[in-house]
Amino acid sequence: MTIHKLDASGLLCPMPVIRTQDRIAELHAGDILEVQCTDPGAANDIPAWCRINGHKLVGIQQYENHLMVVIEVNNT
Amino acid sequence: MRIAASYDSLQYGKIPSPFFNKEQNPCMARQIRAVSLISGGLDSLLATRMVQDQGVHVEGINFYTGFCVEGHTHAIRQKDRARPKRNNALWSAEQLGIKLHIVDVIDEYKNVLINPRHGYGANMNPCQDCKTFMVRKALEWIDTHDFDFIITGEVIGQRPMSQRKDTMPVIARESGAGDRLLRPLCAQLLPPTLPEREGWVDREKLLRLNGRSRKPQMAMAAKFGFEEYAQPAGGCCFLTDEHYSKKLVDLWQARGDRDYELDDIMLLKVGRHIRPAPHYKLIIAREEGEGRFLEGYRKRYPALQVVSHTGPLVLIDGDASRADIELAARIAARYCKGRDAEQVTVEYRAPGMQETVALQVSPLPTSDIPEDWYV
Repeated sequence: MTIHKLDASGLLCPMPVIRTQDRIAELHAGDILEVQCTDPGAANDIPAWCRINGHKLVGIQQYENHLMVVIEVNNT
Repeated sequence: MRIAASYDSLQYGKIPSPFFNKEQNPCMARQIRAVSLISGGLDSLLATRMVQDQGVHVEGINFYTGFCVEGHTHAIRQKDRARPKRNNALWSAEQLGIKLHIVDVIDEYKNVLINPRHGYGANMNPCQDCKTFMVRKALEWIDTHDFDFIITGEVIGQRPMSQRKDTMPVIARESGAGDRLLRPLCAQLLPPTLPEREGWVDREKLLRLNGRSRKPQMAMAAKFGFEEYAQPAGGCCFLTDEHYSKKLVDLWQARGDRDYELDDIMLLKVGRHIRPAPHYKLIIAREEGEGRFLEGYRKRYPALQVVSHTGPLVLIDGDASRADIELAARIAARYCKGRDAEQVTVEYRAPGMQETVALQVSPLPTSDIPEDWYV
């Protein structure tokens, strides 16, 4: 398992999802991707993308100025 | 009962989905597959469901041009912060239980917007070229991913430019998709397509919707159990908006060039735009959320911030002289709580400057801001 980071700060819907989607396409099952976002909509959009594309949402951590969405990549 | 697929289907290793049974036909390649253009609106939701119900494997595709209405304004404005935010295309895909592929086409779309073969609609919307472009991109996708046909939720007569009986065949032809483009909601009013002729879908189960009424679609949504959906009449593109289009044209005229970056078209969606002179304009935050959004552009644009009173952040787009900056500061002061004060302190800082410069200005009276300065 490898942890990868993606900074999607400053990007608005749907760019955080697109960046997440494109990055996950490069990863392997079991990898973890931590996505940093400032768009509050990402807290809904990225989990929705995970659900429909079969990846596991590990969690969302809310910080003062950003949120961190953590995803475990599955085989799809 | 129809038994055999056509020769073409057998040749390509596909069989009509009603007859697809992997156990009985282990040597047959696979289930028929279609990609559906999912806008997040009701029509694409229904069109997809109709084809799914005929046993076709469907995945969704959504193309992001940069001009999407939803999401941005809700994410930016303070008053919208409490509204639940969702990407409607993702939501549609989840309702349908299908994968969704969101494709960034910002760069490729520039040529569609700048040089539309079929021109613009009422504003800067190149709808016919846009749909052709998206169908062409979908065609590239199905050919790369070994899918069989494309679905859209188009309805004849629904939209004044792209969804007309005369333009829809042009879109199919010019995109290259031809008869691999299926419009389930009005298929019976159009010539049969490949999926219909091959028996991959039953034409008799497709519809013949026509016109601008939304009632049939709303009835279908109820029948399928879709209790909520995005505004059914569309309006999902900023290019159909008169005010946005005006700002876009102003940007092009001021620069003498139609090229743009994503940040340019994002900034057109935010703030009050005032152009005191051809060589520069001001982008004035109208509320707290817009101010926070514009903060992110301080590294790229000179900025003015009223500090003596509560007031907006103002970005300067263009090459402003010292006199221009002082005028801009007076305009910024006009939009702060000290608009009736004798003097307001405004701080100016350009990218690369180590320190801010404080300007003491008198707010510009509203009557001194000509109407034609407002973009």
